[in-house]
Amino acid sequence: MSNATKSVPDAEGRFGEFGRRFVPETLMEALDQLHEEYLRSKADPDFQSQLDHLLKTYVGRPSPLYFAERLTEHAGGAKIYFKREDLNHTGAHKINNTIGQALLTLRMGKKRVIAETGAGQHGVASATACARFGLDCVVYMGEEDIRRQKLNVFLMRNMGAEVRSVTSGSRTLRDAINEAMRDWMASVDTTHYILGSAVGPHPFPMIVRDFQSVIGSEARQQCLDETGQLPNEVIACVGGGSNAAGMFYPFVEDYDVSLTGVEAGGRGTQPGDHASPLTYGSKGVLHGSFSYVMQDEDGQTQDVHSISAGLDYPGVGPEHSYWKESGRVQYTVATDDEALEMFQLVAKLEGILPAVESSHAVAHAVKAAQKRSPDEIVVVCLSGRGDKDISEVARLTGIEM
Amino acid sequence: MDSRISAVFASLKEQNQMAFMPFITAGDPDLAATQQVIRTLGASNVDMIEIGFPYSDPIADGPVIQASYTRALESKVSVSQIFKALGELDHEELPPLVAMVSFAIVFRTGVDQFLSSCVESGISGLIIPDLPGDEAAEVFEKVKGAGLDLIQLVAPTSPRERVRKILKSCSGFVYCIAVAGTTGERERVADSLLDQLKWLREETDLPLAVGFGISKPDHVEPLRGLADGVIIGSAIVRRFQELADKTLSSEDLQKELTKLAGDMVTATHTK
Repeated sequence: MSNATKSVPDAEGRFGEFGRRFVPETLMEALDQLHEEYLRSKADPDFQSQLDHLLKTYVGRPSPLYFAERLTEHAGGAKIYFKREDLNHTGAHKINNTIGQALLTLRMGKKRVIAETGAGQHGVASATACARFGLDCVVYMGEEDIRRQKLNVFLMRNMGAEVRSVTSGSRTLRDAINEAMRDWMASVDTTHYILGSAVGPHPFPMIVRDFQSVIGSEARQQCLDETGQLPNEVIACVGGGSNAAGMFYPFVEDYDVSLTGVEAGGRGTQPGDHASPLTYGSKGVLHGSFSYVMQDEDGQTQDVHSISAGLDYPGVGPEHSYWKESGRVQYTVATDDEALEMFQLVAKLEGILPAVESSHAVAHAVKAAQKRSPDEIVVVCLSGRGDKDISEVARLTGIEM
Repeated sequence: MDSRISAVFASLKEQNQMAFMPFITAGDPDLAATQQVIRTLGASNVDMIEIGFPYSDPIADGPVIQASYTRALESKVSVSQIFKALGELDHEELPPLVAMVSFAIVFRTGVDQFLSSCVESGISGLIIPDLPGDEAAEVFEKVKGAGLDLIQLVAPTSPRERVRKILKSCSGFVYCIAVAGTTGERERVADSLLDQLKWLREETDLPLAVGFGISKPDHVEPLRGLADGVIIGSAIVRRFQELADKTLSSEDLQKELTKLAGDMVTATHTK
């Protein structure tokens, strides 16, 4: 049995051997300040009730736990439930974190927010929270991603955010994070960096996990209320790992509940063909924390691939590495093709269009349900809706729009 | 016994001079060029040379140095080739070399293995910019054990209390970051830096060297009496960008580096 605990990280940001802070000295004071402010906020009932109120009236929480009856029939095994994060305002789980961190920004007296984004979901959620609170917002986005995600770029600009094109290095999410950290080094006095995934230096992985844990806490209670039991298995997709961290964390010490993270298996098992550091990578340092990463023998970060821009990241949050090492969470992959198939299947059977990211989790949920009996329960996190993916899926399946 | 780096600072101090340390990227445009540039800088009497190990995700560095790293990595320069190229140099003829290297690379190679390669290839000290003082204790012991120096960075944002902690894992010299932000060229030296250097002097006997934002001889004068050395990175690496863009020939690059190094040595060695 796993001995994983919820009592991580420690004061130095260690999740077991993972996490910590590998950043330039210029950022250390800002991280200390953020850590202190976060702990104060967490202990402050006013902060919590303000956050809860916004989550209810602005984000639309709680999101439903939905019994996917026809998908369950299709799989022919355990009952499959969806945790519907796709129904949140802005259409994904990212808003849970940006609202929380925007409140932190206000408490720290800062007026400017920076964020990174890959596909644009976190950028949109950051721009949304900043518009709501009247904060200046700059979103760093790779040149390539700006071209591919015109809709989200429009949404961000429409809400008053400045979208800055990143032309260095890989010109994708990885370099958007690098640029955001660089901006922060020169602007820490006035600026908060809203990191969007459960990655980066301490305290970010903890803060993002905590703000996202509303997903798992609600799902756990909803499952008990609806079925009278805890789920047998909980499943979420893992890129940087924020929706999965939020989904799994409240179940970590429910040792009878299996937890499964699904990475992007892409088009093959060779480096550059997938984005699955927990499955195929090794331990190393990226973006300020020690975790699993796709790297070459010198420690240079490798290129990754996924059909899903939201999973297309060479690293993963340190808590996932901890859960992997401790055996608490099983990590597996779903390929591009499997995700694409589920994107279409869930639409036809349930009238729900899952994000391509979430479709990876559904792909494993169907397989897991098939191996389980009808009185068992599988809960899968539907982290976002798939509208943003329509043109890409149309292109891949040869449909003229 | 004093380390090579400590000995350099000690002898400069005796003569009331400051140290000048240029930065170059290993492998931009290739390692043969790097060897040649190191010899050129050595012949210009610079006091130390900082060698950047190219890294794919260098968050501490500004656009000029990152672009240089990207060029080096595109030409497939590896860590073992860098060590081999440095090892081929005649170190008796050269000033001490200091490696600027991300912890991602050191960890991947293995700390012990990386340090023994440093020793074999003639490197005298390391700057690991993403291994802050808090995380460095274990590595510091190993670096000392290998007879090398571990240089720590102090930022304008570092409170005095933090600095005391950082200094516990520091030897050779203290690398004082002149501006909050990444490496790059700036117009003038900030007053806040001068204040910080004053209280740093009270905290440590280690030499204080200033980098990030230092680019020309004019920047040296305000630091006299407060700092023991200066480091120039981006202003030098920018010449390699011009080389890559073919707006500068390799002969002219050598000439310009000789000129800049000569001017800086004159500025720092003036008593």
